[in-house]
Amino acid sequence: MSTPVLELSGISKTFGAVRALDEVDLHVQEGEVVALLGDNGAGKSTLVKVIAGAHAADTGGTVAWDGRAVDISAPADAQRLGIATIYQDLALCDNLDIVANLFLGNEHLHFPGTLDEVEMERRAWELLRSLSVDIPDLRVPVASLSGGQRQIVAIARALLGKPRVVMLDEPTAALGVAQTAQVLDLIEQLRDQGLGVILISHNMADVRAVADRAAVLRLGRNAGDFPIAGTSYEEIVAAITGAADNPVARRDGRQTTGAEESR
Amino acid sequence: MSRNTPVTDPPATPEEPGARRDPRLLETAASPSGWWAAIKRNVRAGELGAAPVIIGLLLIALVFQGLNDRFLSPQNLSNLTVQIAAIGLMTTGVIVVLLLGEIDLSIGSVAGLSAAILAVTVMRHGWPEWAGIAAALGVGLLVGLFHGFVFAKIGVPAFVVTLAGLLGWQGLHLWVMSPDGTINTRSEGLIASLTQTYFVPWIGWFLVLVTLTVYLAASLATESGRRTSGLPYRPLAETLLRTGLLAVPLVVGVWILNQHNGLPLAFLIFVGAVVVLDLMLRKTRYGRMIYAVGGNAEAARRAGINTVLIRISVFGIASTLAALGGVMLVSRNIAASTTTGGGSELMMAIAAAVIGGTSLFGGRGNAYSALLGGLVLGAITSGLLLLPGVDTSVRFMITAAVLLVAVIIDAASRRGRATHARGGG
Repeated sequence: MSTPVLELSGISKTFGAVRALDEVDLHVQEGEVVALLGDNGAGKSTLVKVIAGAHAADTGGTVAWDGRAVDISAPADAQRLGIATIYQDLALCDNLDIVANLFLGNEHLHFPGTLDEVEMERRAWELLRSLSVDIPDLRVPVASLSGGQRQIVAIARALLGKPRVVMLDEPTAALGVAQTAQVLDLIEQLRDQGLGVILISHNMADVRAVADRAAVLRLGRNAGDFPIAGTSYEEIVAAITGAADNPVARRDGRQTTGAEESR
Repeated sequence: MSRNTPVTDPPATPEEPGARRDPRLLETAASPSGWWAAIKRNVRAGELGAAPVIIGLLLIALVFQGLNDRFLSPQNLSNLTVQIAAIGLMTTGVIVVLLLGEIDLSIGSVAGLSAAILAVTVMRHGWPEWAGIAAALGVGLLVGLFHGFVFAKIGVPAFVVTLAGLLGWQGLHLWVMSPDGTINTRSEGLIASLTQTYFVPWIGWFLVLVTLTVYLAASLATESGRRTSGLPYRPLAETLLRTGLLAVPLVVGVWILNQHNGLPLAFLIFVGAVVVLDLMLRKTRYGRMIYAVGGNAEAARRAGINTVLIRISVFGIASTLAALGGVMLVSRNIAASTTTGGGSELMMAIAAAVIGGTSLFGGRGNAYSALLGGLVLGAITSGLLLLPGVDTSVRFMITAAVLLVAVIIDAASRRGRATHARGGG
């Protein structure tokens, strides 16, 4: 197996008296979609923020990029390496228009240092067209867009930096059926382009549709790493909840019995 | 000059991205009736822009002209432009801070401190006047950076930091001035010339010509760049119309000012500061960062923007402009006193920014708010001075009413934006 593009080992993160992450390992290859699963409070979002440089991890763990140890202590470090993050809250500036949001922090400039709006708008059109996205006007404030459009703007912004690893935090949580399919298509497109994708989702259907591997976190610890092909839905749920006898299984059991009784 | 409304797009550009527009988006016909429909749509959607302020300004002018026909005389209007320069400069500083979603309560005290330093260094210690001005501005910059540091780095709310500044710098101002209550400055020289210089008529016309030429050339270059890049662009007629609309206030303003003494240097400094600030906010990466931090600081931080540096520098700019306002106060009064900057300057500067259309909640507004808001407040002050038996009490109450109306219009238009999917601030 080739060297993972991103490999974390023994990552811990403490907030006051809460140990959000405890010696967590995670790796992602090029051209691979890794689903990061776990119940609420399992530490998924904290792990994403550590990788993105938004939170500094506690000392002790290591982060390797192409097999070389690196230090990610600020968002700029992660960006420089080629890690793009799309947070659940999308991190868009509502008062700025789409073009300004897409290029925020990476504006194209004319020689004397002024913004090259024409070039940015042209590239924005190109990019959105390549993603088959329909947004009528790129100069409206982001506040006026729908949830799906906002998600697409956030993903498109991440792609402008030519990243090698893309992290998506619940990208389909607020989307309708068609827009979810569009985002899943987009994730497959990223994988086919050789990017490593870390996908956080509660939606097992989405995970099974696009992920190659599922890494499960429970209460801040690793709780299993499964290839999606050849792992049953029940096995993954058991790893997420920590027991074969879990509310999901009990509920499934009840529904089966109920169906039999009513027959 | 935003293109965030469909009004500016050409009706038919088949091979352009515009052709792939969402069919739900209303198209605007490039005709007077199409423009009128778009204007009505924008008004309902809360996209009022500067219209309420300009209408308010015209109403104020009509009312005061009706009460006293000296109000619109060239002499009175010329005085008005010089009167608003000092507080106007302070307003420009307030605006940058408001764009961050913060407030600076110390600008009056900083202006006073700057005035005291200028007067003491020049009159008591015999410094050259330019050195005194440089010292006053330098102290203003340091004070602002200090505010910004305590706010952004240590995390004390800006309201508290600058409230402490309001008290503290006034204290330092008194300490620097003591034992004198008032220090008179020279009635001739660099300091006095800041508010006593008027340019001969041709310079005013020359500046109008340069401004319009630069604006037209820049607009044409932008639109032709958009056209060659396949982006929606404004038709030539609209660019010319916009240049024409810009020409009206410039030509009328210079024509009126030339009938008195000519274009005042003080007003030119104020307008110059507004224009420079506007270009910085709209055209540079730094300005974009200020809007981003004001709109969503966390998003800006994650985009790799150094929010701490942006905040510190913005407070630096605000206090430097406040200090420049203090220098203009000295120039106008030909003296610095223990009360300089300690009166209604702070309230008027913040009120002018809000009346001009800058949101108190960050991320929305522009530099021209300082000019428009300053003109509104200056007109009220000047108009009431011409009426017999009206004193400061009435001025404060009328200013308060205007401020309230401005905020109500802002709040109502924000609701309009929310229901018409326009968003912002």
